[in-house]
Amino acid sequence: METLNLLMEGFASALTPINLLFALVGVILGTAVGVLPGIGPAMAVALLLPVTYGMETSSSLIMFAGIYYGGMYGGSTTSILLNTPGESSTVITAIEGHKMAKAGRASQALATAAIGSFVAGTIGTALLVTVAPFVVKFAVSLGAPSYFAIMVLALVTVTAVLGSSKIRGFAALGLGLAIGLVGMDPVSGQSRLTFGFAPLIDGMDIVVVAVAIFAIGEALWIAAHLRRNPARTIPVGRPWMGKEDWKRSWKPWLRGTAFGFPFGALPAGGAEVPTFLSYVTEKKLSKHPEEFGHGAIEGVAGPEAANNASAAGTLTPMLALGLPTNATAAVMLAFLTMKGIQPGPLLFENEPALVWALIASLFIGNTLLLLLNLPLAPLWAKLLKIPRPFLYAGILFFATLGAFSVNMQTADLWLLLLLGLLGFALRRFGLPILPLVLGVIIGPMAEQQLRKSFQLSAGEISGLWSEPVAVTIYIIIAILLLIPTVLKMIGKARGGASELTAGLAAGGAISEDELEKTELRLPTGARRSADDEQDGKDKS
Amino acid sequence: MTIVVGYLPSPQGEAALDQAIIEAQRAQARLVVVNSSKGDALVDDRLIDAREFHLLEEQLTSAGLDFWIERSAQGRDAADEILRVAQAQRAQLIVIGLRKRSTVGKFIMGSTAQRILMQSGCPVLSVKAGNAW
Repeated sequence: METLNLLMEGFASALTPINLLFALVGVILGTAVGVLPGIGPAMAVALLLPVTYGMETSSSLIMFAGIYYGGMYGGSTTSILLNTPGESSTVITAIEGHKMAKAGRASQALATAAIGSFVAGTIGTALLVTVAPFVVKFAVSLGAPSYFAIMVLALVTVTAVLGSSKIRGFAALGLGLAIGLVGMDPVSGQSRLTFGFAPLIDGMDIVVVAVAIFAIGEALWIAAHLRRNPARTIPVGRPWMGKEDWKRSWKPWLRGTAFGFPFGALPAGGAEVPTFLSYVTEKKLSKHPEEFGHGAIEGVAGPEAANNASAAGTLTPMLALGLPTNATAAVMLAFLTMKGIQPGPLLFENEPALVWALIASLFIGNTLLLLLNLPLAPLWAKLLKIPRPFLYAGILFFATLGAFSVNMQTADLWLLLLLGLLGFALRRFGLPILPLVLGVIIGPMAEQQLRKSFQLSAGEISGLWSEPVAVTIYIIIAILLLIPTVLKMIGKARGGASELTAGLAAGGAISEDELEKTELRLPTGARRSADDEQDGKDKS
Repeated sequence: MTIVVGYLPSPQGEAALDQAIIEAQRAQARLVVVNSSKGDALVDDRLIDAREFHLLEEQLTSAGLDFWIERSAQGRDAADEILRVAQAQRAQLIVIGLRKRSTVGKFIMGSTAQRILMQSGCPVLSVKAGNAW
């Protein structure tokens, strides 16, 4: 009951004209960046961080939430129309969605994706309201060792379980943790990794790091691969669905939500696994299995719902534990820290107005997105005709302006360029971006908990597993790390892994042969590593 | 003898192509059709796809012409591309389609037609869509 009252207060605050306006700006921006491959919600939020200095915290957070959800909607549009998934979570949507579009059913694919996203987003947000207070109650009882264990779990799963290559994941994580270490030691006051360079003593500003890795790195990458054979627009009318489409869509929506939310809510995150599981399940349960691979509507409805439900789920650990598990949540959390708000289980107690206004705005944003996306989908697709030099010139301008405005010092611009080159190198060598960003943001938090545990145990290393929760989590980590190997061995023993085990072993990312089987063209964003290997082979 | 025509799947482009076919038939000349995109946008409807390529071939064959279609998906600027082909072929005439552009639009985006007019070494015939008084 108390929760409901708080939620109503949240609605009252989110429905003020000014906040409603920010929600609208957020969803429009979010859809736009979601539609454009390579520019994701994380980059948009990072670029907007400096703009929010003069804004109220709740208004900016509402706008960011709009961008976050909007990115999910926009991503599906590009996947369906162009077969170029902007994010790894929409790779699965592209398989069936693009086939549907080619068969002249683009309108139905867009409609089932949009309505499915709305259904899943709304249910997911409702689940967030129900689950988050329990998580908070549980989290307040946890000590530093357990916190540290949870953070390790988040870092390990994002790095090793998701994504295609463990080595590349850990390399990116290491880089991120190293960047997070730069600056003054919080306990002893020693300067670390500053190389006698004065501006580094305060640490690297998260705005500079995020903008450099997301915006500059991507711009350099695009500049190096600017020209490609342009695609033709697939004509779309206004998205709509017939009676048959509704009948075939509503069950996959609900099942997708059921897959998506728990995966998002775990401090492991990732939308790849649930979208893949949903796809496989729909394929098994469908009455029209022969249509899969040729544009089955269930194959769009399920994964798209799973994707959005997991996006809602991701906000549970972010708000209740202060632990982000995807890039956008990480940048949003950095924003809270910047505003002097301590993220963590006490957030609900200390800033109830802010949290509940944010949650209420998620419901509002979701509705706005459905209203914006259903009639305007053909308009959004027009964004893809913008010549990319214009687009990236704008992004570089805002990136530089943003990085400079943080501290008004030229040193930040050099840092921006340097980290931008690092971002380019990451893309060039197929290193995932997410572990790096999470390393930068979770790293210092984890260090704090680690130091605290050691202070409590007087330097004894056994202090790390002094709590039962911590022990349980370490066991889970061990199991998670072992599962793929075990599954692979079982698969080999059986002589060829089944689709499901193969998919799980690959961490939900579809494997190369899967890609060939479905004739999915290698998208620019999500599977760059594979692209690069191809390039390397061509050269040699 | 060669006539070069800049072609886009648009009313202006079709008008230019129709006029170029008439000119080529009259002069018994070879017709080179240039269609290019810079390939810097993800979606570009100005580049003809395989189906349109075949339709174009059929149209030119039925006109009884000696022709060549130059299509580049990752080409240079359209003006550069047309001028390059015209120079290489020692063209006697370039045919282009014109569309209405505001002064501001021309200032920002530049004008392909203007560049061809100024830099071409041969006469340029410009055609508007819907050639009617």
